[in-house]
Amino acid sequence: MSKKVISCKGLTKRFGDFTAVDSITFDVDKGEIFGFLGANGAGKTTAMRMLCGLSNPTSGEATIAGFDVYKETEKIKKSIGYMSQKFSLYDDLTVQENITFFAGIYGLSDKAIKENSAALLKQLGMEDQANKRVGSLPLGWKQKLAFSTAIIHKPEIVFLDEPTGGVDPVTRRQFWDLIYEASGNGITIFVTTHYMDEAEYCNRVSIMVDGRVEALDTPTNLKKQFGLATMDEVFYHLAREAKRGE
Amino acid sequence: MKQFLTFVKKEFLHVLRDKKTLFILFGMPIVQILIFGFALTNEVKNSNIVVVDYAKDIASQEIISKIDASRYFEITKSLAGSATLEAAFKTGEIKMAIVFPEGFNNQLLHENKAQIQVIADASDPNTATTLTNYVSSIINDYQAQLNETNPVPYQIKPEVKMLYNPQLKGAPNFVPGVMALILMLVCVMMTAISIVKEKEMGTMEILLVSPFKPIMIILSKAVPYLLLSMVNVITILLLSVFVLDLPIAGSILLLFAESTLFIITCLTLGIFISIKTDSMQTAMLISLLGMLLPTLLFSGFMFPIENMPLPLQWFSNIVPSKWYYIIVKNVMIKGLGFSYVWKETLILFGITIFLLIISLRSFKIRLA
Amino acid sequence: MESVVVKNITKTYGKEKKIAVDDVSFSVNKGELFGLIGPDGAGKTSIFRVLTTLLLADRGSASIDGLDVVTDFKSIRNTIGYMPGRFSLYQDLTVEENLSFFATLFGTTIQENYDLIKDIYIQIEPFKTRRAGKLSGGMKQKLALCCALIHKPNVLFLDEPTTGVDPVSRKEFWEMLKKLKEQDITIIVSTPYMDEANLCDRIALIQEGKILSIDSPKNIIDNYPDVLFAIKADKMYPLLQALSVYPKRLASYAFGEFAHFSFQGKPNQPDLLQFLENKGIKNIEIKEAAVTIEDSFIKLLS
Repeated sequence: MSKKVISCKGLTKRFGDFTAVDSITFDVDKGEIFGFLGANGAGKTTAMRMLCGLSNPTSGEATIAGFDVYKETEKIKKSIGYMSQKFSLYDDLTVQENITFFAGIYGLSDKAIKENSAALLKQLGMEDQANKRVGSLPLGWKQKLAFSTAIIHKPEIVFLDEPTGGVDPVTRRQFWDLIYEASGNGITIFVTTHYMDEAEYCNRVSIMVDGRVEALDTPTNLKKQFGLATMDEVFYHLAREAKRGE
Repeated sequence: MKQFLTFVKKEFLHVLRDKKTLFILFGMPIVQILIFGFALTNEVKNSNIVVVDYAKDIASQEIISKIDASRYFEITKSLAGSATLEAAFKTGEIKMAIVFPEGFNNQLLHENKAQIQVIADASDPNTATTLTNYVSSIINDYQAQLNETNPVPYQIKPEVKMLYNPQLKGAPNFVPGVMALILMLVCVMMTAISIVKEKEMGTMEILLVSPFKPIMIILSKAVPYLLLSMVNVITILLLSVFVLDLPIAGSILLLFAESTLFIITCLTLGIFISIKTDSMQTAMLISLLGMLLPTLLFSGFMFPIENMPLPLQWFSNIVPSKWYYIIVKNVMIKGLGFSYVWKETLILFGITIFLLIISLRSFKIRLA
Repeated sequence: MESVVVKNITKTYGKEKKIAVDDVSFSVNKGELFGLIGPDGAGKTSIFRVLTTLLLADRGSASIDGLDVVTDFKSIRNTIGYMPGRFSLYQDLTVEENLSFFATLFGTTIQENYDLIKDIYIQIEPFKTRRAGKLSGGMKQKLALCCALIHKPNVLFLDEPTTGVDPVSRKEFWEMLKKLKEQDITIIVSTPYMDEANLCDRIALIQEGKILSIDSPKNIIDNYPDVLFAIKADKMYPLLQALSVYPKRLASYAFGEFAHFSFQGKPNQPDLLQFLENKGIKNIEIKEAAVTIEDSFIKLLS
């Protein structure tokens, strides 16, 4: 078995009487693409915040890249990357300025910033666009750039919050190629989404319902387990029992 | 018509459910009036003044003793010349000086007319006005006393000189200023924001797609703010009459009519801004920088327009609040009738019509 | 009978005349559920806005139930229902207040057309005194649909109604649309999600302002020209890399847990298997794949 990069045991978060995350337990391996699914209000965001070191758990334990979520949140933040569909890059800065900024806040040296951003632009084939404002780029390019920027400091784990909405199927595959490549290089990918066809691209998938992890396996096994043809049906089967969210 | 009423009702619900808006709507006028009012009601007592008596005759002595008797004044010393006077003002030792010219009584008796020079430190305009008013009334008093027994009326004319701030811009005029300010804020900013909000939220698309006439959307947005502004006018007037003891000298009806005209001007401005902008932030910035700031700077409420460079003076003419400010001051404070403010009213009316026309022309029944 | 007719519509924006809709033509029959399928920025919203009389096209014409979208815009505004892409209700009004506001706006009452919205409204009725801003995504969507339906429109325009909504609500939403179809309402819906295409009677695949294909989902799939294979291995990334250098490759791309692949010329599975094994790929599984709309879209884009 390969190295565990995320490991949580009985991780719980309560807000007053409300248990947002109810004792979740799972491990994620190095280089794995892990899908973290759940309906709105199932507790996905709260769980992810705890894993990123942004919010202290009420009880339970978890380590991220070997660091404890209670005590070593600063170290956790240095070893993770984050990309969300809502915000990732500054539209009014150029491609190069965005890369330099994000590399800078992760403490990369000037030399490393120069080298890494040159490599990044080359990989994306965006050398000519380096001085263009990000706002003027097509959505697909923005997403690819945002992902590459999120891993420019070579983190152990990258958290992707609903990353690929609204692009055409070809652009979307180019995005997933980047994810596969990062995963091949040993970066663990933690994806939250509620689009099930996206879930099918993950190595393993967990489905959260009402704060608990109700299912966790490969997409193939999950479909087999519930005797259903698509992940969409599997999710529907589990999530329609949800009491929360309405 | 039912659609219109439903729309207006909806607007009221928006306002009533938003605590921040409510606070701005009703808290602001109260807070502003009280803040400004506090400055006004600061009573002036036992101010140090100087008397320079070149006359030293019976009339001057009598007036001096009357002034000395008043609780408002403390005559610190009698100076001999005007050179020392200036120094005393500069150090702030004294607030006011009263100068009796040589042969004061003689002049009064033979020419039935005499002058007293009253010099006040107007760097604090509130105090200066108050003090000169007190002195004038004491002199008037004395004059009336003399005239009781005399067939030919005597006239003592205090020649008031305000040092440092001859325009005496300040407190007594703040109520009209605050009214202009509040109405600007409520009508321009809130109307603009409430329309632009629909654009930002996407509800404008649904409204435009509905059979409800687009121009009615705009009108029904304006009605609630017209009513709310009237409430504000009433609040400010009540506060100024009952809390600040500042009576309305002129016709209340005229005051309301003029206020309504100004409110409509502001609403048109707000609508114009909302037509031209797409985000609440922009609408807010334009309203604040483009409307509130000119109201503060160019209405004559804070800074005397006469002292500004000519281009700024010309510019002040297109600021609607300047005209409203003049109207309210004339009607409310000076008690003048319509015949004294018709020019300003006409200008305000013209601005409104102009704004209305360009708003209607730029209004689109589609998105772009 | 044709309910919506679009002829050679072109729409550009700004001084640079950026093309959003490029010479688009299609027609939708009465009572049909028609889908505009394409990514963000494909021009879906612009087409909707032209049809709902909110935008003027640069060129071309469009009509709804025989009424021209430019000259007869007032009559059209009486007969259509529109649900814009963003959540467009008043957050600070309650469910009931929103609904009755829109009913009055269209000159009707909730009672008058209650039958039409009953099935949907019942689900949100328990929360009718709750402010719309406090509803979950799925309930907001149901309320928005009720508001768009309250005046019993002939044609219903739904611009990306399922974007940002979870799968359960998504499924329920499509079921509601199916029921509405039975009421003889023409529905035009746009979505960036390929898997929703199958739920429409006919679809137009659209990209960069151009329509790539219009047909029923079944016909589009049946017309897929190549034989498509699904290939699985223990690691996806090496598999994709290996496939991309296979000499007789026509197309290869990731598709969920599989890679989809088509051959240039006659399919030769044993040769491909051999090639992959030589590249060190393990646990290879090759089978013929069922074509989806997404595969068709990818084919059309290439």
